[in-house]
Amino acid sequence: MSAAQREAGREIVVALAGQPNVGKSTIFNLLTGLSQHVGNWPGKTVERKEGTLERDGIRLRVIDLPGTYSLSAHSEEERVARDYILHERPDVIVMIADACALERNLYLLTELLVLPVPVVLGLNMMDLAESEGIEIEPHVLAAALGLPVVPLVAKRAQGIAELLAAALRLAQAPQEFAPARPEIGAPHRAVLERVRALLGARVPPPYHADWVALKLLEGDAEVANLARAWLPAGAWQGIDALLRQHEDAVLDVAGGRYEWIGRMVRAALKRPRLGQVSLTDRLDRVAVHPLWGMALLFAALALVFGLTFWVASPIQVWLDVGVVVPLRDGLRTALAGAPHWLAALLADGVLGGAGLVLTFLPILVVFFAALALLEETGYLARAAYVMDRFMHLLGLHGRSFLPLFLGFGCNVPAVMGARVIESRSARLLTILLAPLVPCSARLAVLAFLVPIFFREHALAVAVLLVLANLVVLAALGVALNHTLFRGEHAAFIMELPLYRAPSPRGIARFVWNNTQAFLRKAGGLILALSALVWALGYFPGADLEHSWLARFGHGLAPLGALLGLDWRMLVALLTSFVAKENAVATLGILYGAGSKAAGLAGTLAAQVAPASALSFLAATMLFIPCVATVAAMRQETGSWRWTLFGVALLLAIALGAAALVYQSCRLLGFGLSHA
Amino acid sequence: MTTPAPVPLVDLPSGARTVVRQLTGGPVFTGRLAAMGVAVDSPLEVLQNRGRGPVLVLVRDTRIALGRGEAAKILVEKTA
Repeated sequence: MSAAQREAGREIVVALAGQPNVGKSTIFNLLTGLSQHVGNWPGKTVERKEGTLERDGIRLRVIDLPGTYSLSAHSEEERVARDYILHERPDVIVMIADACALERNLYLLTELLVLPVPVVLGLNMMDLAESEGIEIEPHVLAAALGLPVVPLVAKRAQGIAELLAAALRLAQAPQEFAPARPEIGAPHRAVLERVRALLGARVPPPYHADWVALKLLEGDAEVANLARAWLPAGAWQGIDALLRQHEDAVLDVAGGRYEWIGRMVRAALKRPRLGQVSLTDRLDRVAVHPLWGMALLFAALALVFGLTFWVASPIQVWLDVGVVVPLRDGLRTALAGAPHWLAALLADGVLGGAGLVLTFLPILVVFFAALALLEETGYLARAAYVMDRFMHLLGLHGRSFLPLFLGFGCNVPAVMGARVIESRSARLLTILLAPLVPCSARLAVLAFLVPIFFREHALAVAVLLVLANLVVLAALGVALNHTLFRGEHAAFIMELPLYRAPSPRGIARFVWNNTQAFLRKAGGLILALSALVWALGYFPGADLEHSWLARFGHGLAPLGALLGLDWRMLVALLTSFVAKENAVATLGILYGAGSKAAGLAGTLAAQVAPASALSFLAATMLFIPCVATVAAMRQETGSWRWTLFGVALLLAIALGAAALVYQSCRLLGFGLSHA
Repeated sequence: MTTPAPVPLVDLPSGARTVVRQLTGGPVFTGRLAAMGVAVDSPLEVLQNRGRGPVLVLVRDTRIALGRGEAAKILVEKTA
């Protein structure tokens, strides 16, 4: 009835559903083209994509539901998908299935069919299925299921028009929708009836007693909470007792669904060439091999790093030298007549921050392209599989490896890459740990400062510092895992999808969507924070030595004494919040050596004791992440609380480590006098 | 014909073909498994089990990696 009311039948809402890795986003892109809007589901970190198209004078609004294997409330994605269908009632659901794993895909269909919305089934990757030796006759399947079935090859845009026509037809005549419906396995059919009888007429819309009874039998905690609220205590106790008696019913529900699926596909599905070795099997002989798989993984990672250094870094430099610097100079010239502080604010504070955002873009574009390529081809899951054993030591799954490893390049993509992890607790843990991976900017600071203080021992000290950093990372992983994330272990169950050729358009769109989202969500925050730190370092004295930041540094003297750091080093730490490289530049200004490296090296060596230097280096390595990383953490967790928790945690760790280093040196009488 | 007691999946070697007999570990876990193709009576092939690290299985045309703890909760028919 909603169809008729939505602008008198001129607008139809289509929900696109499907399991992960079925090519759903390709189909969404084909349907909606450039009209799409990417955002988040209200109050969730789950991405929400919506787009529109026009067909036969009717406007279709297409909602891309998160890819989910089922519609239980096990994950945020599943909850989003099912709440949308229940509460928003789309006019029609288009479910995309992978023809290569038809039976498993139809499991989601069995869940959709108990909801009150008509369903069209699109069978994607028919070509791949054929090459895997699977033959499906769509019209036979359609006859068995009692719903429209459209064969598709989405990457060649085949079948999209037919799919759309079928969806439109069904949305306009929902009363004609009479599909076959799955039944629960025989042993528990009577129990289901009794639960439904006990629910009586107390289930309020939009819920259905049939569906609620089924979900209760499946042990769905969310539905159980709802039912407890709807029912008088006595009635709920009756149901609860019944459910406890039949806790194994969940197995029967699932078994019943597959038994039904087996009957539905019997006539339509043929495997004339069973037992042939598919392309995926052949590639997996290398990719999941304990030795070759590891070698392949490191080759893939080397490629990503190579691309970052050979492609992204030069562009980054070019953007800085060719765009940002001339812009700042131009602005200064244009504002020559204005007050000095105004010119400085705009040229250094604001444009400096914008330049920072800009120079992150090449790295992110390369990173997102690599991520899309690895994911689309199906390789990402293999990499996770190979690394799982090692990541277990940190209480993480294999999926966390890739983002953390890429953190050596830059922490921003590391934090953003955590989105490939399904379980929310593992994702959060990865985001909290990512800033502890020593990024290239920090390694550069390390490479500059260590030789100044430790001359012939420089290499050993640098290696030790990096190793100590990684030990802290591992220790924090283990500690968080035993405290905050205790008992939150999501089971490690991961699909390894079939290998397939990547589509350049799909990758381009992924890069575009994600880069745009970074600019929109994180760009403003980076700009604001870096301008703020600039202002604190400029006002009121018009230079860093007489700024609020310096006063703040002086005020922290007692803390500095504990850490062995004077106010100049504390200020250098604070300015490294904008970008880690700033630590060196700030030291240069405050130690009065200008920014000339040779002069600074001599001054620092003469004025800073090795123990203090070691403390400073330890603090720099572990200090709060740079603004861009903080902005990315905020974007990915969707929560200020988690972001600030992460920042506070790192601050405590950095200061603690610096104090430990300096006080140990004092106790041992090491490096207290100047070289 | 007698049915021997089922064994944990984690004990099966690479290459074993078997059938799922019982799932333990609560409704959330079994629900997730079912949605990915692993339910009672599902035929299953062990693609890789090296005695440590996750177990790789093929079930209903789907390749799934399972943690060892997870694989221990899946009871399957004993193979020769």
